[in-house]
Amino acid sequence: MHRKTIDVWVGLFVLLGLAALLFLALKAGNMSTLSLNKTYAITGKFDNIGGLKPQAPVKSAGVVVGRVGDITFDNKTFQAVVTLDMDASHQFPKDSSLKILTAGLLGEQYIGIVPGGDTVNLAAGGRINSTQSAAVLEDLINQFIYSKAADGKDTAK
Amino acid sequence: MIAGLLARIGCYVRESIESVGYATRSFFGLLAVSPGAMKRPALISEQIHFIGNYSLVIITVSGLFVGMVLGLQGYITLTPYGAEQKLGQVVALALVRELGPVVTALLFAGRAGTSLTAQIGLMKAGEQLSAMEMMAINPIQRVLAPRFWAGVVAMPVLATIFSAVGILGGYLVGVQLIGVDEGAFWSQMQANVDVRADVLNGVIKSLVFGIAVTFTALFQGYHAEPTPEDVSRATTRTVVIASLMVWGLDFVMTAIMFNK
Amino acid sequence: MSNLVEIRDLQFAYGDRVILSDLNMDFPRGKVVAVMGGSGSGKTTVLRLVGGQIVPQKGGVSVGGEVVHQLDTDGLYRLRRKMGMLFQFGALFTDLTVFENVAFPLREHTDLPEELIRDLVLLKLNAVGLRNAHKLKPSEISGGMARRVAVARAIALDPELIMYDEPFAGLDPISMGVTANLIRKLNDALGSTSILVSHDVQECFAIADYVYFLSHGKVVARGTPAEMRVSTDPYVKQFVNAAADGPVPFDYPGKSLDEDLGLGERA
Repeated sequence: MHRKTIDVWVGLFVLLGLAALLFLALKAGNMSTLSLNKTYAITGKFDNIGGLKPQAPVKSAGVVVGRVGDITFDNKTFQAVVTLDMDASHQFPKDSSLKILTAGLLGEQYIGIVPGGDTVNLAAGGRINSTQSAAVLEDLINQFIYSKAADGKDTAK
Repeated sequence: MIAGLLARIGCYVRESIESVGYATRSFFGLLAVSPGAMKRPALISEQIHFIGNYSLVIITVSGLFVGMVLGLQGYITLTPYGAEQKLGQVVALALVRELGPVVTALLFAGRAGTSLTAQIGLMKAGEQLSAMEMMAINPIQRVLAPRFWAGVVAMPVLATIFSAVGILGGYLVGVQLIGVDEGAFWSQMQANVDVRADVLNGVIKSLVFGIAVTFTALFQGYHAEPTPEDVSRATTRTVVIASLMVWGLDFVMTAIMFNK
Repeated sequence: MSNLVEIRDLQFAYGDRVILSDLNMDFPRGKVVAVMGGSGSGKTTVLRLVGGQIVPQKGGVSVGGEVVHQLDTDGLYRLRRKMGMLFQFGALFTDLTVFENVAFPLREHTDLPEELIRDLVLLKLNAVGLRNAHKLKPSEISGGMARRVAVARAIALDPELIMYDEPFAGLDPISMGVTANLIRKLNDALGSTSILVSHDVQECFAIADYVYFLSHGKVVARGTPAEMRVSTDPYVKQFVNAAADGPVPFDYPGKSLDEDLGLGERA
């Protein structure tokens, strides 16, 4: 087969592969939502992060504004230290608070950031002090049982 | 009698280890002549045509059907949990992480691997490789290396095409045929298929498979005896050994890559 | 007249099986020398030793003064560029056309422009009478023609030494005559030295200047074809006269017929 014809076919082959790769990356994967924007890091300490994992979304008003980066353990305060990579196009006040929420009833956990009222915004490396830990299922069940037991005692009285 | 049996097993084990060592040495020998082979890109490109283009039909058709079956089975499995919205994610992750690279590698071993083994074996039988040696041309550099690199290039391309076509197949069955919500199909997929962790790892896997399968095919062909029986045995060995390597490597790589 | 190739005290074995022993042969420049003998006498092994494809256990082959098995890879490849070899059934590259087969050594070893290569290839094919077949593929030509194309390929770089491994095997009488004629004419025209391995007595004697007879890896007779024809050596006589039985036995060695039929020791 003539050299030029082979080059055409091989070129088509490689282009087809590239097209498939682009399809996978953009349409199937999260590249379109993967912001190549700059991010700034802030931290928050939690008593219990539950099932929170790195790369989990950080949402405000339900919209993704960042991703969870590192999760480490503080040996002194015995708390979890979570680093959040926030999208640089979204600034939050210094007194914002963090909550660990669950998507759906038994879904993946993510961080919700509730803006405060401060006029000064968080800078890179800043720390959020107001945090609410994840709701652990066992604690919820215990709470429920005790509250039911308490109700029962009340009505029995 | 037991002693004889043990001796035979021992011999067999030692020979197997020896052949692994020899194969490793040959592999590095192949890499050593590759810079010289790279100076003739036309040879590699020609081989990409024979190995890659001629596999496109079976890869595309297989990908389509695997995707469609995933769509069906995924739907049936997810419905009891009310999670059929996740169908897109299930199909995409199964394909991109595992089925794309692995099934493509197995099909590649069967289609391209056997044809390489037979071709090299017959060239050796017809003394073509000897003739090249006597003309002061290194047959490993001229004949084997271009085919090796062509296989290494073609495999990831084929695996990516397989995954992409599979996702489309899943879409056709899930959304068009069964009626899963189109928006949910794609958005759940996009939210949960990570380009780096999933797509890239899948590509890396198919690259490693390409190296393993192509080398096995070339090695078996080069060492086949010049008889029809042995060439036939060599093609069988290519498929068996390449498939086992793919499964083994897949397990190791999955454990490393998808370890959260 | 100096020797291009000299074999001295050569011994070669595959493991325990000795193929050649105490071999001493000379191949003078410009001559056609035939190496003859029955199947399994070690003739092809001699060619492979000269070409450096295998290494002897003792002794050595020297080509143009250089000992072949002592050369490094570069030296060996340099040496091989001065040699042309014809393999037993041609060993043409089946995926290339006749033209591309002959052009192969030219394209690999020279930087000549395509127009010049085209002319050279057509000239070589013309020398073997197959210029008009240059577009065909090896699967489209007969065995004899494939052999001739292989000759054209072997002489593509005008080598100093041309080796022929059983060039007459399986050819019809006309093709045999043509090939023999070609070997002689090419040798003289190029001023090369030719080593001809064959068991075809008639054709070899017609064109060779000197003949070596090998049996079981040793030289049993040597001389010009004329000397061989009148030789009294039983091996040579059996070979030249194509007798069925002689020093080379007809029967595969082992038990006698009487033993096998159980007629042995009965009184």
